[in-house]
Amino acid sequence: MIDVKHLSKSFGDNKVLKDISEHIYPGDKVVIIGPSGSGKSTFLRSLNLLEEPTAGTILFDGHEITNPKANIDFVRRKMGMVFQHFNLFPNMTIKRNITLAPVRTGLMTQAEADETAMQLLRRVGLEEKADAYPNQLSGGQKQRIAIVRALAMNPKVMLFDEPTSALDPEMVGEVLEVMKELANGGMTMVVVTHEMGFAREVGNRIFFMDEGKILEQGTPAEVFDNPQHPRLKDFLSKVL
Amino acid sequence: MAQYEAWRVLLQSGEATGWQEFYVKFFQAFIVGDRWKQYLNGVGTTLMVTAMALAIGIVLGILVAMVRTAHDQQRPGHKNLFLGILNGICQVYVTIIRGTPMMVQLLIMGFVIFSSSRNYTMVGALTLGINSGAYVAEIIRGGLMALDPGQAEAGRSLGLNYIDTMRFIVIPQAFKAILPSLGNEFIILLKDTSLITVIGGKELVYAAQAIYGRTYEQMFPLIGIACVYLVLVIIFTWLVGLLERRLRQSDRR
Repeated sequence: MIDVKHLSKSFGDNKVLKDISEHIYPGDKVVIIGPSGSGKSTFLRSLNLLEEPTAGTILFDGHEITNPKANIDFVRRKMGMVFQHFNLFPNMTIKRNITLAPVRTGLMTQAEADETAMQLLRRVGLEEKADAYPNQLSGGQKQRIAIVRALAMNPKVMLFDEPTSALDPEMVGEVLEVMKELANGGMTMVVVTHEMGFAREVGNRIFFMDEGKILEQGTPAEVFDNPQHPRLKDFLSKVL
Repeated sequence: MAQYEAWRVLLQSGEATGWQEFYVKFFQAFIVGDRWKQYLNGVGTTLMVTAMALAIGIVLGILVAMVRTAHDQQRPGHKNLFLGILNGICQVYVTIIRGTPMMVQLLIMGFVIFSSSRNYTMVGALTLGINSGAYVAEIIRGGLMALDPGQAEAGRSLGLNYIDTMRFIVIPQAFKAILPSLGNEFIILLKDTSLITVIGGKELVYAAQAIYGRTYEQMFPLIGIACVYLVLVIIFTWLVGLLERRLRQSDRR
């Protein structure tokens, strides 16, 4: 589904991603772990070109999205993204946050989008917040809305960039619950997270990144119970 | 009126009391020969010039801010030459306007560039608008840059194009943030209209000057127009405050 070939990214002289080649298959739940500054978020953000790769190509459903002629807006409609800091639009109600993109991109009429929004809000138990503004919600509620907003575009893959890192500990659970449900529904997901429990339970593949490379990858059992790379052993000993 | 005539004679002979002198001078400044109409015309012109300069300033400011932000936000390696040239022009414009005094700009526009025009008020409004545009542009640019980049990223990641992201997400939030600065700029603009007198614009100061040129009594006309400016600014501030409160709706918790 997403084919990454020789992806590199530098900020000035700082090489953040070093020649990464990887494939993400339909239905995959890829969880990317690793220390801060290892390039996890940059890798994730490169997948929908929020970061422009310095070198390499990315294919999504067979289309080369790194080609300058590719219509990036069209590609991004198929890739939902959830941010660490939610990035809800504070100037709009929750419902409008959710329906803006489907309506403006011509995916749905306003009535259809409203319908979809209410359905999705019911799914995450927040339908009574439809007319509230983001500032009136808790962090956990905001992040659940952010997930709903991405889902409203009917994406083929969902990208999560540390979705629980900015949350109070007691709100982490409610967000992870929504993500688990999504995973069980068969959504293709790429998740950058520090929640090792979630990684083990939901991920079918774990990428361990450090210094701009994927040093080790495998099933949760392989990565967590039988790590090979010394850097991964060291990392796990600190976080588990 | 009869009272005024009687006390005016007293004043000329030097026998008037303080109160009588005040009364006569007030009458001369505002009532005699329907002079209040001159002030009224002046206020009309002042408001018209402000409105026109405001419109020009906002349009210019938005254009310049859009060019400069779009230029700065280009993805590395995707520089657009045309945008680069426009950006250069905008930078020169902002530099020149902010680097020279308003008064000098007015004199140049009135006596050099439009020296053959007799429509001083229009030339004044145009100059003020061009001047204001440079400041408005920088205010808008500041607002756009201050907004969390995550907002635009969220918009783009949903598949919205650059224009829609700006229109629905970035600009409404930036506008709310810059409203106090914009209000401030417009108050300055309103008061700066007084400067167009130097090229013959017939606004409020012009009216006061015309009157004390005949009566040789400066205090009443000048204090009078100062009060008018003050009232105008207070009304204006109140209006901006109303707008601010309306825009703050989404902040309620």
